Amino acid sequence: MSSHHLEIKDLTVVYHRVPAVHHVSLDLRCGHCVALLGPNGAGKTSFFKALVGLVPKETGEVIFGGHGKKGADTDIAYLPQRSVVDWDFPITVRGLVEMGRYMRIGMWRHFGKADAEAVEEALRAMDLADLAERQISALSGGQQQRAFLARSLAQNAHVFLLDEPFTGLDKPAQDLLRETIRRLAAAGNLVIASHHDLNSVPELFDQVIFLNGELIAFGDTRETFTEENIARAFRTHIFSGPRAHHFTLLNT
Amino acid sequence: MHWLTEPFRQEFMQRALFGCALIGFTNGALSAFIVLRRLALMADAMAHSLLPGVALALILFGLTPASLFFGALLAALLVGLGVQIISGSSRIKEDTSLGLLFACSFSLGLVLLSYSPAQVNVSHYLFGNILGLSDSDLWIIYTISFIVLPLLVAFQRPLLLLMFEPSIAASQGVAVKTLSYLVMGLLVLSMISSLQAVGVVLALGMLIGPAATIYLCSDSFAAMFWGGGILGMLGSCAGLFVSYWLNLPSGACIVLVLGVIFFAAYLFSPKYGVLRKVLHRRHLHKESLARWQVTKGAANASILSKDKSDSSNQT
Repeated sequence: MSSHHLEIKDLTVVYHRVPAVHHVSLDLRCGHCVALLGPNGAGKTSFFKALVGLVPKETGEVIFGGHGKKGADTDIAYLPQRSVVDWDFPITVRGLVEMGRYMRIGMWRHFGKADAEAVEEALRAMDLADLAERQISALSGGQQQRAFLARSLAQNAHVFLLDEPFTGLDKPAQDLLRETIRRLAAAGNLVIASHHDLNSVPELFDQVIFLNGELIAFGDTRETFTEENIARAFRTHIFSGPRAHHFTLLNT
Repeated sequence: MHWLTEPFRQEFMQRALFGCALIGFTNGALSAFIVLRRLALMADAMAHSLLPGVALALILFGLTPASLFFGALLAALLVGLGVQIISGSSRIKEDTSLGLLFACSFSLGLVLLSYSPAQVNVSHYLFGNILGLSDSDLWIIYTISFIVLPLLVAFQRPLLLLMFEPSIAASQGVAVKTLSYLVMGLLVLSMISSLQAVGVVLALGMLIGPAATIYLCSDSFAAMFWGGGILGMLGSCAGLFVSYWLNLPSGACIVLVLGVIFFAAYLFSPKYGVLRKVLHRRHLHKESLARWQVTKGAANASILSKDKSDSSNQT
């Protein structure tokens, strides 16, 4: 499993003719926790959405496990920011995790034993077995994140794209979530999380991607998470097309 | 007991009851989707915009259920399309264009009705006339129910994904756009079926009342769907009886009965009722309270023991 790659070739995303992500090429190996870093408007969410086919790709392709990804599928799971979800939705944690199976079983097939087992296993892996019958708003922030991870596990996803998963979590919940995504990565999955608290990057992630419209840097946290790269990603104008192609380093 | 059995002996009441049960169930089941997708205002606007189609059909083809059906369908499609075009091609947002188009189309309907050759009682279309259901009315209601309900059941899984969070659904490969159009289509169809029962103004009551009620009582979508259908059916029939016994307008009674049930749930629901919240005001975080008490207890104990050791040191 860990030999799987997520290969991104020359990815460009455009909104209303304004480019948000420019010609990004990356080769990500499964088995890592990767931080996606960059200032607001750097195209982090657009990058995620393009990977799962929520926004059209202007150029480029996404290849996972040797197969090109045209649009959405079950290998790559996208977890949006917690604020976009309607937590009052009439569903329990188990129901939420069961949703991960729906696209696999289709419209007519029975929700079978194998599906129920997959759900059970995902709940156990995310330490949610005791909370399975709770309505989803009766969970803490960290538990809500884990419920969505369980749903993606039930979906048999191998790549987890998390949009600001640590936002609004207190320290213990943050530690628990860190352990959880570490375990996911150790099991051969690829976890990419957008993140804005730079201080906690070294303890949470083993690889980093700096994005600022275009790719600034990518590599192991130890070598790549440097002052210089942080400055290049955060203290420059957001790269928004060839016309504005000048890096004005403000503070280096 | 005569008063109880009497309505069942009247033929017009048998028809009306049958129609009510079908319309109530279809609208009630669909209402789960309307409530969770937050389409209530959209549905209201749609209901009003049916009027010009109805009026036009009346002028061109006379008063037949088929002509009214196709007139209403055409009007709904045109308004739906108009909303998409206006909001897509200008800076006007969807709710604004919808509101404007619905007001205009309702007005157009009123103007057209005044040109209608037959002396039409407008109130039938505004407030419904379920006691006057004809055979072909019943056929239309049948057909619509047998289109809407199987489709809702068949697409239950992808629809659930869509309603919960469209962006995740799309990332899982759900055809979000197509399904949204499907929901709109089914909405228009069941609205046309409720046109006869409660009219364009009150249609919204049947389309959101049942699911809104169950939403206050349960955390299960299946309960909202099937329970909404059953509640819609029973509530509509009960409303019809009330209107018969008290000699009141039927459409208004149906909606009022559904409304009363909703307010009862709002107040008394054991799960999310207001009274429960007021009477059983719990500590917000039971666990944190317990933890706080434990740590406070421990702190007190340590202070006490410290005091003790201090005092023993002094002696």
